[in-house]
Amino acid sequence: MLYRESGDFKTSYKADNQTFPIAFDRYRYWVVLAVAYLVIPFVITDYWANAILVPFLIYSIAAIGLNILAGYCGQVSLGTGGFMAVGAYTCYKLMTAFPDVNILLHIVLSGGVTALVGAAFGLPSLRIKGFYLAVATLAAQFFLVWLFNKVPWFFNYSASGQISAPEREFLGIAVTGPNTSAWASYLVCLVFVTICAIIARNLTRGSLGRQWMSIRDMDIAAEIIGVNPLRAKLSAFAISSFFIGISGALFFAVYLGAIEVGEAFGINKSLLVLFMVIIGGLGSIFGSFAGAAFLVCLPVILKLIGVDLLGWPTDLVAHLQLVLIGFLIMFFLIKEPHGLAQLWNVIKEKLRLWPFPH
Amino acid sequence: MNIQATEGYVTEDGRKIGGTVLDLKNITLRFGGLTAINDISFDIRKGEIRAIIGPNGAGKSSMLNVISGFYKPQEGEVWFNGKKRSAVKPYEVARQGVARTFQNIALFEGMSVLDNVMTGRLNLMKASMWQQALWIGKAEKEEIENRQKVEHIIDFLEIQAIRKTPVGRLPYGLKKRVELARALAAEPDLLLLDEPMAGMNVEEKEDMSRFILDVNDEFGTTIALIEHDMGVVMDLSDRVVVMDYGRKIGDGVPDEVRNNPEVIDAYLGVSHD
Amino acid sequence: MSADFLYGIEVIINGLMAGVLYALVALGFVLIFKASGIFNFAQGVMALFSALTLVGIMEGQVPFAHLINAIFGTSIHHFGWTVPAVLAIILTIGVMVIFAWMVQKFLFRHLVGQPHIILFMATIGLAYFLEGVGDLMWGSSIKRLELGLPQGGSLAIENLTSGLGGDDFYGFFIDKLDIVATIVAILLVILLVAFSQFTKYGRAMRAVADDHQAALSVGISLNFIWVLVWSLAGFVALVAGVMWGAKSGVQFSLSLIALKALPVLMLGGFTSIPGAIVGGLIIGVGEKLFEYLVGPMVGGATENWFAYVLALVFLIFRPQGLLGERIIERV
Repeated sequence: MLYRESGDFKTSYKADNQTFPIAFDRYRYWVVLAVAYLVIPFVITDYWANAILVPFLIYSIAAIGLNILAGYCGQVSLGTGGFMAVGAYTCYKLMTAFPDVNILLHIVLSGGVTALVGAAFGLPSLRIKGFYLAVATLAAQFFLVWLFNKVPWFFNYSASGQISAPEREFLGIAVTGPNTSAWASYLVCLVFVTICAIIARNLTRGSLGRQWMSIRDMDIAAEIIGVNPLRAKLSAFAISSFFIGISGALFFAVYLGAIEVGEAFGINKSLLVLFMVIIGGLGSIFGSFAGAAFLVCLPVILKLIGVDLLGWPTDLVAHLQLVLIGFLIMFFLIKEPHGLAQLWNVIKEKLRLWPFPH
Repeated sequence: MNIQATEGYVTEDGRKIGGTVLDLKNITLRFGGLTAINDISFDIRKGEIRAIIGPNGAGKSSMLNVISGFYKPQEGEVWFNGKKRSAVKPYEVARQGVARTFQNIALFEGMSVLDNVMTGRLNLMKASMWQQALWIGKAEKEEIENRQKVEHIIDFLEIQAIRKTPVGRLPYGLKKRVELARALAAEPDLLLLDEPMAGMNVEEKEDMSRFILDVNDEFGTTIALIEHDMGVVMDLSDRVVVMDYGRKIGDGVPDEVRNNPEVIDAYLGVSHD
Repeated sequence: MSADFLYGIEVIINGLMAGVLYALVALGFVLIFKASGIFNFAQGVMALFSALTLVGIMEGQVPFAHLINAIFGTSIHHFGWTVPAVLAIILTIGVMVIFAWMVQKFLFRHLVGQPHIILFMATIGLAYFLEGVGDLMWGSSIKRLELGLPQGGSLAIENLTSGLGGDDFYGFFIDKLDIVATIVAILLVILLVAFSQFTKYGRAMRAVADDHQAALSVGISLNFIWVLVWSLAGFVALVAGVMWGAKSGVQFSLSLIALKALPVLMLGGFTSIPGAIVGGLIIGVGEKLFEYLVGPMVGGATENWFAYVLALVFLIFRPQGLLGERIIERV
């Protein structure tokens, strides 16, 4: 089957508006979903789940969230770590306060609470713009981490200051706690990723998405043609934070199980998610996945090559990784500001016309 | 011809002009010590093409910015559709039915032509965030209905071929046309055009003039335009306001304005003494 | 005077001294921002990197020793000599100039005309890159910086002031190093202002800051000016790095402290040198006083966030900062 659009005529605006206008893309989308849901759960190992797949899925949600804010609405935030912490601690408090309520509901509620917190910290975006705002979101980052570190109510007065997820079941299968099997945590994350991605796609293709993009491209003109900047920016902050909160809750409850806030959700986490968005592609849902996959795999591959193959010390490889990530960020911003997603599009564009160059 | 009557008039080419859409009463706008607009009053009537002309720095753009709510005048009143406008935000003005284009094109460069024109219809789309998130109920239906309206305008302005092109890649003349499309998509009661022909060659100017006339004809849109090029303006517009140094120095049908000695002075640069 | 009141004053004095250091880092930001519109997130890492380089050169470390050892299986560490402080400082400045040139040549020359936010994100990438290079070159262990700067509290001031507040008050405790840092910072500011006011390059710098196009048209090389301001910022970073390094050792956290220059700038305005200084002092005093007065009630360590929240609240009311230029929006 060739990658072509000829012969695939669109006879309605509905058909023209669909997510994957090219038939081949649609088939591939279903194949990817089928493999993700029907094949991987049966072959997954602990190593693959913990090292790659589960963090990939969780970071994808966070990257989609940040991409809505930074890539679609143009408001760069450095507070992602702090908002993930809100999701994680809300989830922890809910899990311990209402042990009988379904854990999946807790995770969604954690997203909701984070959305409120995010909208509150988004209020300054009405007055301040660009990197002023980026720096202002650092206030959220440092304040929230401090809050969860210093106020004992948040960690239920535990002596270590850590929080750890109690075991919770869904349909009789453990999805949090030490007895969770690899496939269960994978599937929980996968379901959330699928729903989040579809919601994000729907929002960004509709009128709300256009409001965000118009604010991003030229905020003054957007306001003059009738976009309410308050509504557009705050909805972007809230929805972005909703996703980030869910990812924080999953990160804590399903992935790590126990966390210390400064370590898990520090400023470096904010930067990591921002890098995923930049490398993957600002303003692209697919890019969020690509960026998350790239930055989750990079350390694993570097470790395989550096430590396991060449026998270099771990800290040296970690330093090389910093250099490499920094380099890639600069490289992508110079060469391809729309990231891996745009590279992918260029390849597809070429494929469509192959074997002709134009 | 007496055009001060409140109940409209009929133009030379036989178009019926209705009652007042916009009424500006004694508008004064200052920036610090500088008076950009000095006690200006005029009205715009339903269905007419109204031009605001004047030399550089006369305050034309400031006037347009007052009408579109971006600048707030220190004195005077703006009446729109029979209601006095109180201090409102620019987006609220847009929702009341004023759309505009910009002198230095203000398109959304990261979006396609189609998406840009669709942004013009944002205020006509009512699906809630939840409906959009799940793409249920009104969301999809509304998207397609509005797409049809937008496609009509795209056809009308002859930009079908570029509808999926990112705006950033378009040449200047086409961008101006896309901007017009975006403003039209809002189905405005009043369309403001800020130097629609600035920086265009003769051919492009002719195209644009034709589109402006056609828009007025086909949709009955009330248009207020600022233009530098006297010749074009005189051909296009039903009535003309002439500004100089923030003051109104002439107002009337093109012929009347053309023979106004003060206007001639302003354009030929005769000193005011 | 009561002892509590006097201790409060001591907190303020210490806050002022800390503020001077914030202002110093903030100066580096202002220099670059004025000349190129780049908001340099990497300024803090530059302070860390320059301090690491200084220590490395002084101790005669082999650069990239760790990497070389890993690749070639050798085990080199030091050249076996030590370099006198003055020479090492000159060499470090040389390294920072080379760094400035490279940043210009390989990064920002390719990003001319991009939106500010893209440039900003590029400097975040630069910060990661430079941090990694610093670790690769000199290792990531905490290093002591021995420049022979005075350490510890000043006994003279303590004795002089102990009589002020009766039996409960033992005199102001003020770190000698802070006093030195304050003097150095004041000298540096005078030097920078003199440079920008009275030299040919200073004038060119101001011209570029004012209007790129106009500066180009009178024959000023933008490239040269940008390398110059990045070098100056590197020099300022070195001074800040040395002061902080001497106080608490040269380590990664230094670049995080330096991040506090960001709220300083938001408070003071990105384009104003006096603003950076005033902002630095306000933040320095503000966070020390807040910690002293409110900190004990809420669990302490409020210095982590106070500066940011203060700047945030302030910005909501005055988006251009204390002394920044008014932002005018046009269409």
